[in-house]
Amino acid sequence: MSKYTEDDLEQELKTQEYKYGFYTDIESETFAKGLNEDVVIAISKKKNEPQWMTDWRLEAYRVWKKMEEPEWANVHYTKPKFQDIAYYSAPKEKPKLNSLDEVDPELLDTFKRLGISLDEQKKLANVAVDIVMDSVSVATTFKKTLGEKGIIFMPISEAIQEHPELVRKYLGTVVPTTDNFYAALNSAVFSDGSFCYIPKGVRCPMELSTYFRINEGGTGQFERTLVVADKGSYVSYLEGCTAPSRDENQLHAAVVELIALDDSEIKYSTVQNWYPGNKEGKGGVYNFVTKRAICETNAKVSWTQVETGSAVTWKYPSCILKGNNSVGEFYSIAVTNNHQQADTGTKMIHLGKNTKSTIISKGISAGKSQNSYRGLVQISSRAENARNFSQCDSLLMGNDCGAHTFPYIEVKNKSAQIEHEATTSKIGEEQLFYCNQRGIDTEKAIALIVNGFSKEVLNKLPMEFAVEAQKLLEISLEGSVG
Amino acid sequence: MLKIENLQASIDDKSILKGLNLEVKAGEVHAIMGPNGAGKSTLANIIAGKDDYEITEGTIELNGEDISELAPEERAHNGVFLSFQYPVEIPGVSVTNFIKTAINETRKAKGLEDMPAKDMLKMIREKSELLEIDRKFLSRSLNEGFSGGEKKRNEIFQMAMLEPKLAILDETDSGLDIDALRIVANGVNKLKSKDNAVIVITHYQRLLDYIVPDFVHVLHNGKIVKSGDASLAIELEAKGYDWIKQELV
Repeated sequence: MSKYTEDDLEQELKTQEYKYGFYTDIESETFAKGLNEDVVIAISKKKNEPQWMTDWRLEAYRVWKKMEEPEWANVHYTKPKFQDIAYYSAPKEKPKLNSLDEVDPELLDTFKRLGISLDEQKKLANVAVDIVMDSVSVATTFKKTLGEKGIIFMPISEAIQEHPELVRKYLGTVVPTTDNFYAALNSAVFSDGSFCYIPKGVRCPMELSTYFRINEGGTGQFERTLVVADKGSYVSYLEGCTAPSRDENQLHAAVVELIALDDSEIKYSTVQNWYPGNKEGKGGVYNFVTKRAICETNAKVSWTQVETGSAVTWKYPSCILKGNNSVGEFYSIAVTNNHQQADTGTKMIHLGKNTKSTIISKGISAGKSQNSYRGLVQISSRAENARNFSQCDSLLMGNDCGAHTFPYIEVKNKSAQIEHEATTSKIGEEQLFYCNQRGIDTEKAIALIVNGFSKEVLNKLPMEFAVEAQKLLEISLEGSVG
Repeated sequence: MLKIENLQASIDDKSILKGLNLEVKAGEVHAIMGPNGAGKSTLANIIAGKDDYEITEGTIELNGEDISELAPEERAHNGVFLSFQYPVEIPGVSVTNFIKTAINETRKAKGLEDMPAKDMLKMIREKSELLEIDRKFLSRSLNEGFSGGEKKRNEIFQMAMLEPKLAILDETDSGLDIDALRIVANGVNKLKSKDNAVIVITHYQRLLDYIVPDFVHVLHNGKIVKSGDASLAIELEAKGYDWIKQELV
């Protein structure tokens, strides 16, 4: 045995202390409910943030205090009581389970049907796993590969410590603190999130999906994501999880900022399956998200989203097409069932010349739900030869749901070409009987019809995720036809 | 194979079938003819299990089992196939994907594994050749933008793939030009065997030149009022239905 030095001892004591301190911190410190400047400062301190970050949060808080909660969306809900929320609470330790046998069988059943691997099931259900588990080594390999390419991918709280210059340069440049009520709130109190930076000319060699899904399964209430693609780089990023998330927090207000510098491309895919509330519409998550990208010259950003969860969704992933020849795309499937409400869409702001945008939105409403598409296409006076194509299709199931389309088009340049197509259809008795007659039961028939309807968007998802998303649609609509 | 006794059925309290009897044995082809509104399509839909109709009296037996309470997909699993008069469109779902789902759902109901992709492919190749179907056609969305002839050919393609025991062809000849009619009829003839049976519902003799029935029945006012062999169809073609109506008076 090697010599045990004083230094070693000291080191060990230090870590030990840190460890203890860390844990006591977490357990004892959940802030009292309510929000004021002291709370904002305390959050920043807690995270050991530099002064500029604290100031940034405070500024956001001051702006937020003067703002009114928006009411223009086509959704109805009881407004959250903002002084009744605890804005810093340590991540809740979920009970550790010893085997999958201890997990809620209903949850396991869903995992199985989504085709999630056994190892991942364990991870998601918080079952203790073997140290040699595949995904752990996979994650390590991933980290190594990313590191070699100079790609930074880490929690944003860590990035603030380790890469303050990058974070400071880009944070809030696409979604300023003053942008809207929820974005301001997020800026003041965000707990954590992800930071991703792809260096010049680097093509990220993998979908950041698998890695992400395994490692960042649990997300916070006020999540903050910042993705920067430097000149000529490429990244495909996936957030969320098809597995059902049963979060205690009712209000989720995330902010995602994408920065696509010259000649770069970002593909950002989301699968959202937060708790939608029960069949009677009790409970469920309010998902009020601000997502926006800025595209410099020749850059391209694609947003793809599959939204099946949450009681209320309010979300408009947008693109500011600032650079000439830049391209923005938005592909969306939004499913609402039971009493869910979704008001979702996009904004394509054309500033540069020869900018192009495509919007494909597929809304599926069942039960007593309300599904709205809201989209803005804006062509500025400088944007010569801008082009947009929008297609909004709605599929209705039953007679108690609603589909709404609110397209806004503002054109200030005569050379623009704008196309807008919209359709509304209903799953008909005749279609169902036809499928039934071929041996396909009604549940499966609906899945088939819905998948056919959503195909253009499903095709945009990374391959492995498309399969899961397809199954997710099936599960989300279960029991929607009596 | 199929035994229908004293079948009475109505839709929205309007009586359509009024005591219909029909027996179809394995290996037989039956034609059901009759004027518009006689109840021909209703009969087809009721055998297939469409729930718009209410059976007020009588029984439908398939191979000795009463199927009148079964869901349409269960009847399909038992070997009932209906070639629709107006096949519906399912956008975004390819012909291949649809038939694959149909076959595997039927297999699942019988406790079988999915058909291996290789076997499925082989079968698709064989059956599409039989019906002179272009392979490109199979990747198109089901019935979306299909011509009348393509729709009907697609129905018979599905029938070929599903290999039903009892196939009901509901006005499969309508909308077909003479070439398509020949191809479809040839397909049906090649699929015929001593173990399955076909019911052909039609207005016209035309299709029966190609698919020669063993029995011809005339449906009028919700009942089979006259039955005969293939010559009855020819007689009907020549004389129309009025003489039968008069005979009944």
